[in-house]
Amino acid sequence: MLIDTLHLLLTGYIQESSTYSLPFEKRTAWLIAAVMILLIIGSLIGKLLERSSEERLNSAVVRSFNQRIRSWWLMCAILIAGLVIGQAGTVVLFGMIAFWALREFITMTPTRRGDHRALFWVLIIFTPMQFVLVGLNDDGKIFKFLLPIIAALFVPMRIALANDEKRYLERSAKILIGILICVYALSFAPALLYLEIFDSAGKPWSTGDALSANKGLLFFFVLITQLNDVMQFGWGKLIGRNLIADRINTSRTVEGVIAAAASSALLGALFSWVTPFTFWQSAIIAVVISLTGFAGGITMSAIKRDRGVKDFGTLLQGHAGILDRIDSLCFAAPVFYLITEFFFTG
Amino acid sequence: MQLTSRLLVAAAKIISGYTVRWKDSMPDNCQRIYFANHTSHLDALVLWAGLPPHLRQLTRPVAAKDYWEKGWLRRHVASAFNALLIDRREVKVHQSPVDLMIREMDDKYSLIIFPEGSRNNKEEMSRFKSGLYYLAKKRPDLELVPVYLDNMNRILPRGEVLPVPLLSNITIGAPIWLEQGESKQQFLSRARQSIIRLRDDEE
Repeated sequence: MLIDTLHLLLTGYIQESSTYSLPFEKRTAWLIAAVMILLIIGSLIGKLLERSSEERLNSAVVRSFNQRIRSWWLMCAILIAGLVIGQAGTVVLFGMIAFWALREFITMTPTRRGDHRALFWVLIIFTPMQFVLVGLNDDGKIFKFLLPIIAALFVPMRIALANDEKRYLERSAKILIGILICVYALSFAPALLYLEIFDSAGKPWSTGDALSANKGLLFFFVLITQLNDVMQFGWGKLIGRNLIADRINTSRTVEGVIAAAASSALLGALFSWVTPFTFWQSAIIAVVISLTGFAGGITMSAIKRDRGVKDFGTLLQGHAGILDRIDSLCFAAPVFYLITEFFFTG
Repeated sequence: MQLTSRLLVAAAKIISGYTVRWKDSMPDNCQRIYFANHTSHLDALVLWAGLPPHLRQLTRPVAAKDYWEKGWLRRHVASAFNALLIDRREVKVHQSPVDLMIREMDDKYSLIIFPEGSRNNKEEMSRFKSGLYYLAKKRPDLELVPVYLDNMNRILPRGEVLPVPLLSNITIGAPIWLEQGESKQQFLSRARQSIIRLRDDEE
């Protein structure tokens, strides 16, 4: 009931003020406003917890909560900046994030001297090229082919040229997993901005200049993945009993994942007014985001366990550890893109 | 020159993504010898850039003349970070590198040196050359500060021209001095050990 009224109010408002020119749509502005309010509340709670943490609460949890809030402010600022600059700006910003994430990934995985030139190709040529291709937005969507085909064949070849056979397969695999997760998968997030979307009734949804409604959809996607991360952690702490893979990760529980998926469904439905999806579609898609986000988290945990680090942030002191924040985003982005492209582009 | 130095610091930060950790020591403008493991041409630049700005002006990396005097760009870069260039091939009696360093240090500058001599491409550090010992002997007032540079060999290894911009760590440890009655070999191996300890602590 409440949702419907809100939706009615909002759509009425949007139609009324359609001449108003923002770099993004009115409903995106509403979403951003809502996120800002949430973040302000979160920051205040963090401050309060910090003050009262000495006696009652686990200060490590409070610290990580505050860290998370801070990195969300940063993420939010980046997203908004990207949205204001335009599609190309968003693509560039995501490209920089991917570059930094891959840098963390490769720093953590040992490579040999012979991999140097292959790594140069990967970091300096393929990574930027991937995002250039996303931004060029040709109809054939060539960005979908560069890394999984061209780079995946090129990298093992380049390592072979270096004339060092020790642990050859392992070294090739490390670099390929790195570009697959950090660069290729993540590039599907900004690629959302270029889809010409139709809603489930078959009406064109991406309106305005340069498909500006899509910016709201991207924001929605990032919001759900991030909230889902926290809810998985939170529900796991509250009601979690059964660990999913205790040797990989000691905080992900069956109960946490299920409860988080349910809460994500609710959130997805709540925010369906910013998407081309109906109320129920939005809820289902949020569940998919939640589960793929979990897949990203657990995969990254396994990689970290293998390397014996707890999180990428502690790998190098003072660095925020971008990879820790975007692991779920990386896994959810291609799936979310695929669903949107398959069912909602007419 | 100020502009070039700033650009250099920015470039060093972008290429090597270093983080600096002062472990059991603090930035100080007393005269010091920073001695570090050497695996890459970037070592001197990155360690220098990793120091706080006021110390950067007082710290001079000691570098090989044959490398840094080749070409306009390298010369310009070397003078921007105030490098003290040493000729490795022509060591004269009254112009030994140690005398030159002591003279150039005056009572103002600190130095960055790499006691392994040339860049090392093996896993373990090579043995230290004796320059550090003679510096310690002639100037017992200097603080000898061990520095461990991590990952530089992956960013720009020996024999490569193009760097791969990974992330690196600079760990700066507690100063050591030449002990009373300590032999050259003892001292040099202790100095080498102090860097190895920084590396092991990190892992």
